[in-house]
Amino acid sequence: MSAPTTKREDLLRGVWRENPVLVQLLGLCPTLAVTNTVANSLAMGLATFFVLLGSSILVSSVKRVVPHQVRISAYILIIATFVTMADLVLAAVVPEIHKALGAFIALIVVNCIILGRQEAFASKRPVGRSALDAIGSGGGFMVALLLMGTFRELLGSGSLLGVPLFGRGYEPWVVMILPPGGFLTLGGILLLLGWSRQRRGPQPRVRHWPHGVATRRA
Amino acid sequence: MTTEAPGARDVPSWRLLATLGVAGAVAGLLVVLVQGWAEPRIESHRAAVLQGAIMNVLGEPARYDTLYVTDAGLSRRPPPGIDAGSADRVYLGYDAAGHPVGYAITAAEPGFQDVIRLIFGYEPGSGEVLGMQVLENKETPGLGNKIEKDASFVAEFDGARAPLTGVKAGAGAGDPGEVDMITGATISSRAVIAIINHRLDRLEPLFRSYVAEGAP
Amino acid sequence: MAELAWILLSAMVVNNFTLALFLGLCPFMGVSARVATALRMGAANLFVLVITSVSVWFLNEYILSRAPYLRLIAFIVVIASLVQVVEMAIKKLSPALFRDLGIYLPLITTNCAILGLAIFQTNRGYGFLEGLFFAVGAGLGLALALVLMASIRQRTELSDVPALARGMGLVLVIAGGLSLAFMGFAGLLST
Repeated sequence: MSAPTTKREDLLRGVWRENPVLVQLLGLCPTLAVTNTVANSLAMGLATFFVLLGSSILVSSVKRVVPHQVRISAYILIIATFVTMADLVLAAVVPEIHKALGAFIALIVVNCIILGRQEAFASKRPVGRSALDAIGSGGGFMVALLLMGTFRELLGSGSLLGVPLFGRGYEPWVVMILPPGGFLTLGGILLLLGWSRQRRGPQPRVRHWPHGVATRRA
Repeated sequence: MTTEAPGARDVPSWRLLATLGVAGAVAGLLVVLVQGWAEPRIESHRAAVLQGAIMNVLGEPARYDTLYVTDAGLSRRPPPGIDAGSADRVYLGYDAAGHPVGYAITAAEPGFQDVIRLIFGYEPGSGEVLGMQVLENKETPGLGNKIEKDASFVAEFDGARAPLTGVKAGAGAGDPGEVDMITGATISSRAVIAIINHRLDRLEPLFRSYVAEGAP
Repeated sequence: MAELAWILLSAMVVNNFTLALFLGLCPFMGVSARVATALRMGAANLFVLVITSVSVWFLNEYILSRAPYLRLIAFIVVIASLVQVVEMAIKKLSPALFRDLGIYLPLITTNCAILGLAIFQTNRGYGFLEGLFFAVGAGLGLALALVLMASIRQRTELSDVPALARGMGLVLVIAGGLSLAFMGFAGLLST
């Protein structure tokens, strides 16, 4: 077992250095699907954040009561409950965005990030730490989504948050808001990260994750 | 999915089931509570959108009635055995004096990319389409989805005589049934026209046999 | 009949689950390095999709019409149990097949394509046959995308890939190209 992590590490780890999307490559489905506008990215990020935080706290609270053999089913049940609640609230408060996000709100249930965090962290650590970890990972997910959303909306619609930025003469690069654009944008970001990693030269591989976190859940 | 943790104690089955049962019950309770809060808001929004669309395509009628499409014709009651929420229906609008102004009809069929859902107004007496509004589409942004966003295309449907024919912009002969299609989005435009024509083919006989109240 | 064919072809190529709807990406990125594995994963997915479609139809028809908001919880529970049952059945009936497919089956539970199919089928109000054709089309489309990606990746293994692109960067760019190519299928089925 690696050295115990500090509270600050638990909080900040997921935001950039071990970003769930850009580094661990989890939760790709919503990242590519809903980032065609910044507003959608924001809504999806917030919904996932809510589900992640709520379920991490709940899972950590009941971890002693839930027998080991049924833990995955219990976690999935907890996550599905939070997702249903988020879905209903979004539909009631922002129906237009709810329609734009469509089935992907419900698909938060199978977002590998959430189940991954419960299995690797929340089920083994106290409630406070699990909450910090969830905030960090949820924040990191939001960062990735906003990065993608900004890039795609700017090039694909010439606007940000619906506000046109380039004037009437701008011919939008429509493919950016279509499916290929999602793949190419994320690919581009990863290429950029790969390039900067290459520039920094070979680094000693220091893992700051507690044991079990590194498993890539498909 | 079941991985054995080292040293897992032998937990009695009733405990496993009880845990899941309790979890399920709590989950269900939470969802029902939030649903109770959210449902009225969702319903009122849905009703407002529908009402807005009907007003739009019928030219602001004073009120409208819901009529269900049954095998025997139009009726005020849904066909037996079918849930009222999912039954096929049209909306008959009346002006302030109580005269029927036309039917608001929803229709959906595959377009270029995926299904297009729209609502249009129709006056059986004159055979004219009163207006059209696209409710849902997944056509190509900037091209096909102009069927929803392009005001001049939507305006083409005001007063067009059914059955509609699509013509390239500027190439028409001035026929009352002609609709100018969007350049670069002819397939999506043609789909919209086809959706309206097909729906009218099916409903026209029902309109003829239905005597609306207040009709002269 | 034409409508059923439209549903199948639409799910398979025009609105491909992976390349247009972004479902089933995790196996797409993770499992697509070898054509043989891709084929097996595609077959396993197709199998689970078809069974899921039938179960979801059954659920919607008889149980969930009264409580639509409990839909998501019911779906995910059913899918998780289904995959568990299928895994046990294959293990018993054909140990050889289980050894080949074994590790992929549990992964399918968190595959967004399965839950996505359940949700789309419900939202579009598909009946039994329509749901079945939808599932077959989706499964074939998934398998197609997987196999295409795997064949390209097998080729690139022998190429000189720049260091910055090695790994997922290259895979995503290839996926972008595939997605762009599949956009050409739009309009295939319009009159």
